[in-house]
Amino acid sequence: MTTAVLIQAFWLVFDPYVLLVILCSAIFGLFVGAIPGLSATMATALLVPITFFMPPVPAIAAIVTATAMAIFSGDIPGALLRIPGTPASAAYTDEAYQMTLKGQAEIALGAGLVFSAIGGLFGTLVMILFSPGLAEIALKFSSFEYFWLVVLGLAGAVFIGNTSVLKACISLLLGLLIACIGLENPAALPRFTFGMNELMSGVELIPMMVGMFAVSELLRYITNLDPPPMIVNKNIGNIFAGMWDLLKKYRWALVRGSALGTIIGIQPGSGADMASWLSYAMSKKFSKEPEKFGTGHVEGIVESGAANNSSLAGAWIPAIVFGIPGDSITAIAIGVLYLKNMNPGPMIFVNNPENIYAIFLVFILANIIMVPLGWLTVKLSTKILRVPRNILMPIILLFCIVGSFSINNSVWGVTLILFFGLASFLLEENGFPVAPAILGVVLGTMMEENFVTSMIKSDGDPLVFFTRPIAMWLAASTFIILLWPVGTWAWDKLRSPKIAA
Amino acid sequence: MKFNDTITGAALLALALTILQTVMQYPVIPGQNIGPGAFPGLLAVLLAVCAVLLIIKGLKAKSHEAWVEIGGWVKSWFHLRNFLITVFGLLFYIYFSDRLGFLICATLLVGVMMWALEVRAKLIVPIAVITSLVIHFIFYKGLRVPLPWGILAPFQW
Repeated sequence: MTTAVLIQAFWLVFDPYVLLVILCSAIFGLFVGAIPGLSATMATALLVPITFFMPPVPAIAAIVTATAMAIFSGDIPGALLRIPGTPASAAYTDEAYQMTLKGQAEIALGAGLVFSAIGGLFGTLVMILFSPGLAEIALKFSSFEYFWLVVLGLAGAVFIGNTSVLKACISLLLGLLIACIGLENPAALPRFTFGMNELMSGVELIPMMVGMFAVSELLRYITNLDPPPMIVNKNIGNIFAGMWDLLKKYRWALVRGSALGTIIGIQPGSGADMASWLSYAMSKKFSKEPEKFGTGHVEGIVESGAANNSSLAGAWIPAIVFGIPGDSITAIAIGVLYLKNMNPGPMIFVNNPENIYAIFLVFILANIIMVPLGWLTVKLSTKILRVPRNILMPIILLFCIVGSFSINNSVWGVTLILFFGLASFLLEENGFPVAPAILGVVLGTMMEENFVTSMIKSDGDPLVFFTRPIAMWLAASTFIILLWPVGTWAWDKLRSPKIAA
Repeated sequence: MKFNDTITGAALLALALTILQTVMQYPVIPGQNIGPGAFPGLLAVLLAVCAVLLIIKGLKAKSHEAWVEIGGWVKSWFHLRNFLITVFGLLFYIYFSDRLGFLICATLLVGVMMWALEVRAKLIVPIAVITSLVIHFIFYKGLRVPLPWGILAPFQW
């Protein structure tokens, strides 16, 4: 059974068309990641309208490959210009730039590349080992467990890593309310449609995400007052020299970074950015030479470079097992899967296991081809960094327009990208994080369905939510996350007068 | 464009109350205590609570912030103009793409934006035309998206 499925998956991936898609999206991802101002999430949002026309496996392969590449190549402008190419490289940009100043650009970029690939493979391995088992447990879940799982995921998205929990909460609620728009609710009553036919089927996910992640970033570029970056003219030598020694020296740092990254990825709402910040901090804490951090020391780059790539794979675990995205990228990917009628969740492991194994294979393949293609990108980096962004941005805008138009062949999609582009730009200007909103939109329908089904099953008795054994544990974990900030706040209040006295 | 938390909170509170009022009018399903308004109603109540907390936070802020803080880009005419060009460019596309057709709208939009972002003058027209044609070819011919022809319909290919 398993071997047959594996062979089937193998054929799905090693199909010339799929391989071509993987190669093209790899090049696309490397390019987008290397250009400051274009992030991995934006790469995904721009790819989605194209994947709309593909079968499920190449569609997912395109997203997986492009994001893995973009997260690595974000390191390149970080090291050469001191500007992170994607937010996930921001944690160690200064470090990498210091290394370049010391004449060690090769080591910084080489470490970024090699350890990104290893981190990505680590995350993939965890995904391969754990997701089938988790799916088997998830098969036993009823609406009560799913309800709590969604709430737990959303609570994590709001409470972990946001500077303002209140604003994250509001952002999440707005996302959930957007999910309520339209006919698709248990009672099939048109809600919040303002009498518009376009809103009957709800807000389409793809134009919304193109607006939130591509158009808003474009607006941010256009309103950015920073002077254009200085381009360094530098020949980059052999980036693989000395990597073996680094691997031996920092093997524990590598494992620690990859493990932390995977965990951060699994936890909904925070992805590669958070993984890289946290593991850089952890690396400094556990290092034997913490005083060298910030002066061009490679250890932090090894650890957080591995962490941000491993988090990508980690984020797919809850996405395919439960249909709960682990970060904004998988939130978009889940939207794509729904469009392909390949609804994520444990049933996918029963009905289409070959597709799941194909995703695993794509992850392995993407992280392996990252090494030669990444090497090529580094070689060409001074040319890529010279690509004029003032020509690129109008073209991207046109691409957003056509992409959102093609979902329904209607200009309504373009209206949506404008609305959500402006909304997300305004939200970020006011300190509201966007990631919780996107999770809310993706999970809103699932949350309501499970909530209403459970309430009907229990005759309106909310206590049933706490009596089933697994549901009880999930509820308890949710309340721990929810009450944690309140608890620490109260603890500080109680203790501080004594310290003052 | 940064609004004071009190203003944002008040706007969100108004939104939450409007939603609550709307869902109150939703029909009740006989024999069931949970109707289509239950879930959005619950969300609206939570949103109202958060909005009130945000208002309190805004009022309690130690140094009272400006009601509306205008970002640096609004004061710089160059950046403000480009922002408006992008937004109105999209609106232009939304309203005119059916009448004028994709090729004309796309060329105009890309061209005007490149002019606004100070691309060298002699590059603007060729790039705008080629980009529009290439994207049209990929989506219209390759992916069979029926991009509108508009007034170019007689020359359709």
